[in-house]
This record gives sequence, C-alpha cells and structure tokens, in this order.
Amino acid sequence: MLRVESLEKSFDGFRAVNGTGLVVEKHEIVAVIGPNGAGKTTLFKLITGHLKPEKGRIVFKGNDIAGQAPHKICKKGMSMSFQVVNLFHRLTVFQNVQVAVLSHQNKTRMLFSLAANQSVRETREILASVGLADKADRIGGSLSHGDRKVLEIAVALGNYPDLLIMDEPTAGLSPEETASTIDLIKRLSSELGLTILFCEHDMELVFSIAHRIMVMHQGRSLIQAEPNEVKNNRQVQEAYLGVSD
Amino acid sequence: MTTGISSSKSIGFSAACLAILLVLPLIVPQFYIYTLALIFVISLLAMSLNMLVGHGGLYQFHHGVFYGVGAYTFALFITKTSLPAWVGFLAAPLVAATVGLLIGWFCVRLTKLYFGMLQISLGSLVWAIVFRWYSLTGGDDGISGIRVPSFLSSATGSYYFILILLVLCLIAMYFILYSPFGVTLTAIRDNPERCEALGINVRHHQLIAIVIATFFAGIAGMLYVVLERSAFPDLLFWYLSLEIFVMCLLGGWFTFPGPILGAAITEALKIYVGIYTEYWTMVLGIILILLIFFLPEGIMGYFLEKLKPRDSIRVPEA
Repeated sequence: MLRVESLEKSFDGFRAVNGTGLVVEKHEIVAVIGPNGAGKTTLFKLITGHLKPEKGRIVFKGNDIAGQAPHKICKKGMSMSFQVVNLFHRLTVFQNVQVAVLSHQNKTRMLFSLAANQSVRETREILASVGLADKADRIGGSLSHGDRKVLEIAVALGNYPDLLIMDEPTAGLSPEETASTIDLIKRLSSELGLTILFCEHDMELVFSIAHRIMVMHQGRSLIQAEPNEVKNNRQVQEAYLGVSD
Repeated sequence: MTTGISSSKSIGFSAACLAILLVLPLIVPQFYIYTLALIFVISLLAMSLNMLVGHGGLYQFHHGVFYGVGAYTFALFITKTSLPAWVGFLAAPLVAATVGLLIGWFCVRLTKLYFGMLQISLGSLVWAIVFRWYSLTGGDDGISGIRVPSFLSSATGSYYFILILLVLCLIAMYFILYSPFGVTLTAIRDNPERCEALGINVRHHQLIAIVIATFFAGIAGMLYVVLERSAFPDLLFWYLSLEIFVMCLLGGWFTFPGPILGAAITEALKIYVGIYTEYWTMVLGIILILLIFFLPEGIMGYFLEKLKPRDSIRVPEA
C-alpha cells in the first residue's frame, strides 16, 4: 500500500531523514521506533505532505505522491493523527469529527443547508466507536488530555482513511489510558481492516501490537522486520536498545 | 460555531427587537430614525467583516474598501447611466464581490498578519484610484445629490428599506455560518494546518468566504448611498476599516450578533460624546483598552459565556 524509497530531507544542513525506506502492506500494523531526533516525525510529515522531500519516492497505492499538497494526499485515502494534539479548540467534539466527515464527503462547500443535518450519522458512529459519544457537545479545547488524544484519532478516522498514520498516539497518557488506546488501535485494525502506521516510544506497546517494526537511527532505517527479529538484531541492540558488550 | 443563538429564546428576542424597530418610525423624531438607519448600515458592514475576522480567522484589515466600492458602483449606476435603479442595486454587491475576489485571490496566498498587510496595501490602491480618478468618481469631492427611486425618498421609506435588507442579509449570513461551509470555515480559523491534513483546500474556502463577505459589504455600501444620497472617498479610507474592526472586537467577534452591538455602541458614542468633545475617539480608545484587559472576547462573548453551563465554556488559549 505504501512504499517509501531512499527519502531525504535536511533542515539547515542537518539531515533529519537520510535515505530512509519503508514498506507498509495492506491490513498491516507497522511501527516506526527510534530514539528522540531519529527523524520519525519528519518521516511522517514527509509522507503526509506537510514537508516536501528533497530526494526519494513515496509511492501510495501505486502513485508517487512525494511533494504533493497535504489536502490532495489526504483525499487519496491517508489520514494522520498528530503527536501534539492538533484540534479545533473552539468547535464542539461533534464538530471536530464532523468537519473531517464533511471533507471526506466533499460537502465543505455546501452553503444552503444546515450543518446540523449533514453527516450526522457518520459522525455519531465514529464518536461511539472511540467512546466519546457522551462528550459530543463539549468544546474540544475543554477536554482532558487523554480524551483529546482519543478525539485526535477520531478526527483522523472522519476521513475514512485506508492508511491511518499515528504519531505517538499514547504520548503523555496514563497507563489506563494507554491500555484503552492500544485496545482501540487493535479494534481499528481487526474490525475496520485499517492499515496502520505509527511511531511510539513505548516499547511494550510497539512489540505487543505491531506486525512489523522499522527501526530508525540518525535519519536512516536500520531494519524493517517482525518484532522478534528486531529484538534479536545486534545492530538495533547497539544503536537503540542500549545493549552492548 | 461557538455560540448558538438558535434557541427559541433568542428567536423570540430577535422577533421582539424587530417588532419594536418596525413601529419606531411612528413614534420617535426623524433624527433618531436616521441615526438608527445609519447604525443598521454600519452593523451590516461590521457583520460582513466578522464573517472573515471572527468566524474565518482572516485579518481583513481593509474591509471598508468593498463598502466604498458598493457605494460608488450604485452611485455611478444612478448618476452616469439611464439604466433602471434595480440594476444598480444588483450591481453594487456584485462589483464589490468581484473586487473582493481579485484582492482575495492574492491575499489568501499569505497567512495571518501578512494576509492583513497585503490586504491593506491592495485596498489602499483601490482608494487611491477612487481618490484620483476625477472624471469618473469626482475625486475628493465625491458624488452627491444622487436621486434615489421615489419610494426611498422619505426618511421612513429608506429606514424600512434598509431594515428589511439588513434582516434578509442577517438571515442569509446566519444560514451560511451554520452550513457545512460555515463549520468548515470556523475549523479553518481554529487550525488551518489540520484542515489541510483532513483534505480541505484551505485557500479555496477562504477565498469563497471573502467573496461572500465582500458581497454583503457591497450591499451595505449601496444602503449607505440610499440613506445619504452621496458617496465620497472616505468610505474607502483605512480609518473606517479600523473602526469596523474595533466594532467586531468590541461586540464579540466569536458570537454571531456581536458586531451589531459593537456598531451600535460605537455609533452612539460618536453622536453623543461627539456633542461634548471632538475627541470622542479618546473615549473609544479607553473602552478598547479596558476591553483588551477585561473582556477579550467582547461584550457579547462575555455575557453569552456567563449564561452557558459551566463545563462547556472553558476555551484555553489555542
């Protein structure tokens, strides 16, 4: 579904992403791990079009999308939930998700109808599936951090993506909230058949749900393989897991 | 949309206000009728600006230009052509929206303050053209003694005409702001980057909003000519644009009817404080300073927040 080849991006001479490669197959859960500053977020922003790569190819469903505008890439079936919560603070929880659904259904230019009658069923379904239905009328900015992270995912789901990209979905969450987020990610994969690409610090989480793991180090991809293989890889242990002899 | 006013209470309140305004010309002296009509016109202008500032997050600093373009278009149609008046009524908003489209096309390529700076520059260009083009616009003399259709020639006639158009425009604006487009626009205001990530073409939506808002500004300009029977370059000067911007902030820029309150307060100050001192803007300045410190969401924003249930009102700094 997604294939990234020898991608490069620098900031002021610093190579944040340096010849990175990544493959995500349909219905897979793929995790990207790596120490802080390894270039994970930059890689994701390159894929979603928020940054333009200098070199390399990003092939999504058979088309090279490298360098296209985010709204165009999104329409092709890719949606991202952000690490730093990135919502519509003055809109209600309901409207936050509704905007994404309206966009998916190409209704954002409708002038002669009330928003209260549009995309309501879909929005309610998504809110129910992530467990925010009872908070639908709250203002987005008034939610707790945990709920905002969930809403962040719900907004990304409003696009009905084929590929859902999540940048540290559990950052800053309590153990209970993390557990319920893991549960949610598993359900999205098994029930909706979503293809999921995420990056994460929490090793336990990564090894418990990812089908395959890509390890990033200093902008390069060290390995992309199944969890067991990654765990036993010597290079990874030295670079990242901090094991050395 | 932050503050819904769709409840039956607010509909009842609006209907009561309208009823009072409809019978007022029968009881009060003509001076007040004229003042009220002027407030209606400025209110419509401020409301059109607030579609962009409060609901769209676009710093349209020089919105007065489109008011002036609407006024001049109507004035020129009446004085320079022999076409029937209704052509002028239609042309005013359409020409204003066209100029809005042209200027907006450039401005939406920039964001935030840069958007505002470019908008001031391009707007001032239009003012300079109007100010200098003597043969067409009469330069700084403006155009005066415009003959309006006979049903508008009396003070009450123009009052009712302006009131009816204001109400129609407000209803249209209300539906636009609560349409899927309106919700999308407020989402763009809150977070344009996320909107891009959701597949929304932000610039395109912003441009549509500018065209709609300048259309309504054009109607306001035309109504000004209906009331004053004249048009002059000050209508396009940045000072007026600043004034209506302040009205939006004063009344409550995240509320639907806030700018009307802002316009009413500002115009009333201008008239009543203006009797005692020509420095009435000082009073406005002091109010503005107090506003920034104590009511950052404007007067109506403050009171609507007080009336709402506790847990849904806290909006942290975005």
